[in-house]
Amino acid sequence: MMKDTIIKSTLLVATLALGSYAQAAPSGQALGYTCAGCHGTNGASTGNAIPSIAGLSETYMVETMNAYKSGDKASTIMGRIAKGYSEEDIENMAGFFAEQEVHKNTNQSFDAAKANAGQALHEKYCDKCHTEGGTVADDDAGQLSGNAKLFMQYSLADFHDGSRDMEKKMAKKMKRMMKKDSDAFDKLVNYYTSGQ
Amino acid sequence: MSKQNRRSFLKTLGLGATAATAATYAPFAIGGSSKKVVVIGGGMGGAVAAKYIRMMDKSVEVTLIEANENYFTCFGSNEVLSGERTMDSIKFGYDGLKGHGVNVVIDKVIDIDASGRRVKTASGRSFNYDRCIVSPGVSFRYDKIDGYDESVANTKITHAWKAGPQTALLRDQIQSMRKGGTVIISAPPNPFRCPPGPYERTAQIAHYLKHNNPTAKILVLDDKEKFSKFGLFTAGWKKHYGYGTDNSMIEWVKGSAGGKIESVDVAGMTLSGEVDDYKGDVINIIPAQKAGHIAHVTGLTNDSGWCPIEGKTFESTIHKNIHVIGDSAIQSPLPKSGYAANSEGKVCAAAVVAMLNGDKIPDPSYVNTCYSVIAPGDGISVAMVYNYANGKINKVKGSGGLTPGKFDAKARAREQQNGYSWFDNITNDTFG
Ligand SMILES: Cc1cc2nc3c(=O)[nH]c(=O)nc-3n(C[C@H](O)[C@H](O)[C@H](O)COP(=O)(O)OP(=O)(O)OC[C@H]3O[C@@H](n4cnc5c(N)ncnc54)[C@H](O)[C@@H]3O)c2cc1C
Repeated sequence: MMKDTIIKSTLLVATLALGSYAQAAPSGQALGYTCAGCHGTNGASTGNAIPSIAGLSETYMVETMNAYKSGDKASTIMGRIAKGYSEEDIENMAGFFAEQEVHKNTNQSFDAAKANAGQALHEKYCDKCHTEGGTVADDDAGQLSGNAKLFMQYSLADFHDGSRDMEKKMAKKMKRMMKKDSDAFDKLVNYYTSGQ
Repeated sequence: MSKQNRRSFLKTLGLGATAATAATYAPFAIGGSSKKVVVIGGGMGGAVAAKYIRMMDKSVEVTLIEANENYFTCFGSNEVLSGERTMDSIKFGYDGLKGHGVNVVIDKVIDIDASGRRVKTASGRSFNYDRCIVSPGVSFRYDKIDGYDESVANTKITHAWKAGPQTALLRDQIQSMRKGGTVIISAPPNPFRCPPGPYERTAQIAHYLKHNNPTAKILVLDDKEKFSKFGLFTAGWKKHYGYGTDNSMIEWVKGSAGGKIESVDVAGMTLSGEVDDYKGDVINIIPAQKAGHIAHVTGLTNDSGWCPIEGKTFESTIHKNIHVIGDSAIQSPLPKSGYAANSEGKVCAAAVVAMLNGDKIPDPSYVNTCYSVIAPGDGISVAMVYNYANGKINKVKGSGGLTPGKFDAKARAREQQNGYSWFDNITNDTFG
């Protein structure tokens, strides 16, 4: 047993050292640094249309990147970019962003009354999966609180008109919410933008 | 296998020595412990390289030497021409970098002593380095157009291809042009800074004129037969500015049809090509380009007028210990863009930190994304992911490409907004 392992490792090391290991493997940091041009330093976005990705759960980010890559998730540009990365690259960059602190963009304007109403809606319909405004990595769900305002508007609109898939339980809740309150999106976005 | 185990394995196999020399550099620090980096040029490449070296390793002393107190981004400057943005919105200072512990010096570098590893400035100071990073942008081949030079560019016929006072001058010229006048844009041959730039500029000037001087015309005289995002731009010009119809605000003349310009008569406001003369009310000449002046002075350029580099480290293949990034470098297939300069700055920073510490040079990854705004609510983009393999930078097959050609209003509006967020984030990543 032991002997077998040693022989295998020796072969592996020999291959590595002889340079037939052609495929480069950039670290999560090297990959993550290239995202900063659009998503902000270490994934902390200061823009209002491009989301922060700092502190996202690794699982959620891997899933999302793969969905962009396969085209399952529609996008303007992320599909084109995600196709540039291997499975391993995606895991490495997701690992890098998971280590960063969640960023809330507090420089965005919001309507306080709508934000209040949004809070009630959030607690009723969203909080179960997006606890603490979607800032808890263990939920494996997107960040909501303090994320980019226009991005959240786009996402909700896409879920609503069917251009973006959502889980059954989310679809059900959203339908119920919209039936009760047709301005619910606007209120929710104001609540999340407030960064509470 | 742990790192330690692997090392002893390599030793026993007798491969350790080969592996180590192939993968690591001996540290070059003068006097043992000091690690000094001098960065020349605080633009899109230089500023981000300086900041990221400090983010990766606080023990490296970084001095950034930049000629101007403030930096005006070229991206966004076309929107200054149309009045969609102010000059203030594209202006950045260096306090953010100071906050990262970068020693910022406002001065002009006049020479680099490559063998003595010393940088000299116009005010008579000199700075020693272990490694030097050069990111001076582009300079212009004024000699290609008879009668054109820097003093003409600063006062009457701008290039406005380095954002700043010329951007404001060109804007004022367009805004005070007579009703029904003609703006001429002369577009340069490849390779040049920001391949989609002249055509976004055309669209932004058209946007201004459409609303303020609707009988005015724009004549684009191009040195080339085709240009970046060709289909998207021409479709956008058509959609918003009547391109291709009798009533088009924009006319584009390709090189073989007389677009190549040979001389300018400044007093007569006339451009002359091989075939025709063209008279304009406002003229913008974007000249042919080459690496920034200091790169030529230092001998970092080859016959092409640009700087050859090694794509994993951006170290010059001419002078050791000097790295060239951004527009000055021969970085193809990466384009001469701000995003590419940002990516290159980080790859170079990681390599420099590793080299100073005697560590293995990390495997790089690079991205480019460029947004252009054709009209309010109509943004387009081009993107690409690059890797390093077989000793060079490569496009990753299957990645990247353009905004789809079929017009989709929802997507175009989002692309414009994404472009604005890109602006916010890349400037904060560079100067924040
Ligand atoms: C109209 C226009 C639109 C553009 N739009 C986009 C876009 O949308 N997206 C994009 O990614 N890119 C865009 N670009 C391209 C982008 O601006 C450049 O590619 C980028 O700035 C290159 O970075 P750099 O560091 O090489 O040069 P620069 O950013 O030009 O920085 C060079 C710096 O070096 C300094 N310097 C030079 N020589 C010396 C010296 N001897 N001593 C001290 N300091 C010195 C200069 O003062 C300057 O600050 C655009 C360009 C133009 C002209």
